[in-house]
Amino acid sequence: MSRSLKKGPYVDESLLMQIQNLNETSAKKIIRTWSRSSTIFPEMVGHTIAVYDGKRHIPVFVAEAMVGHKLGEFAPTRSIRPHVFKGKGEKTASVKKKK
Amino acid sequence: MARISGVDIPRDKHIVIALTYIFGIGKSLAEKVLKDLGIDQARKTRDLTEDEIIKIRAYIDNNFKVEGDLRREVTQNIKRLIEINSYRGIRHKRGLPVRGQRTHTNARTRKGRKRSVGIKAKAR
Repeated sequence: MSRSLKKGPYVDESLLMQIQNLNETSAKKIIRTWSRSSTIFPEMVGHTIAVYDGKRHIPVFVAEAMVGHKLGEFAPTRSIRPHVFKGKGEKTASVKKKK
Repeated sequence: MARISGVDIPRDKHIVIALTYIFGIGKSLAEKVLKDLGIDQARKTRDLTEDEIIKIRAYIDNNFKVEGDLRREVTQNIKRLIEINSYRGIRHKRGLPVRGQRTHTNARTRKGRKRSVGIKAKAR
């Protein structure tokens, strides 16, 4: 179910503040954030935001077309790894990680 | 022979059903079109007058995006998701379900026919 329009889009206050500060001083700096659920605002276009994926901060360069999406959509939380062949005779289960 | 928005030539069916042969028009939209134009749903396509066909055609052309245009819009939306490298785009690219469904089992519509993978190659 989509979010009520009454509330407006969600964005982490402090993140937006930091962006606004950068815009005022027209500085370019990578901002680290844990707020994956924040909506991407038009003000963020052109900045690089490092979004936490549960382990590391993934740098995301915000493009025009990303406005309205959430930050977390651009920092996948799962790694996709093929099955690894673990030598013959060994009974150990191969590293399974789909998705 | 009725020809509405491009290629569609439905006939011998109730007009509500015939309209759903157009890509982008389902049952509810078809019902709405006929209601707004004051045409009885249960009439067969072949029984409609030329005038009514023209009215339907104009109404659909003016109000809805159908057929090629609609298909193009859909593919463009998907392309956009892929280009901005969003999660949904990645799922489209990999041919996996996009809306958070499970993939441990099922998801066969997106993944296609079952391909077996595994350590079967032990005999030799």
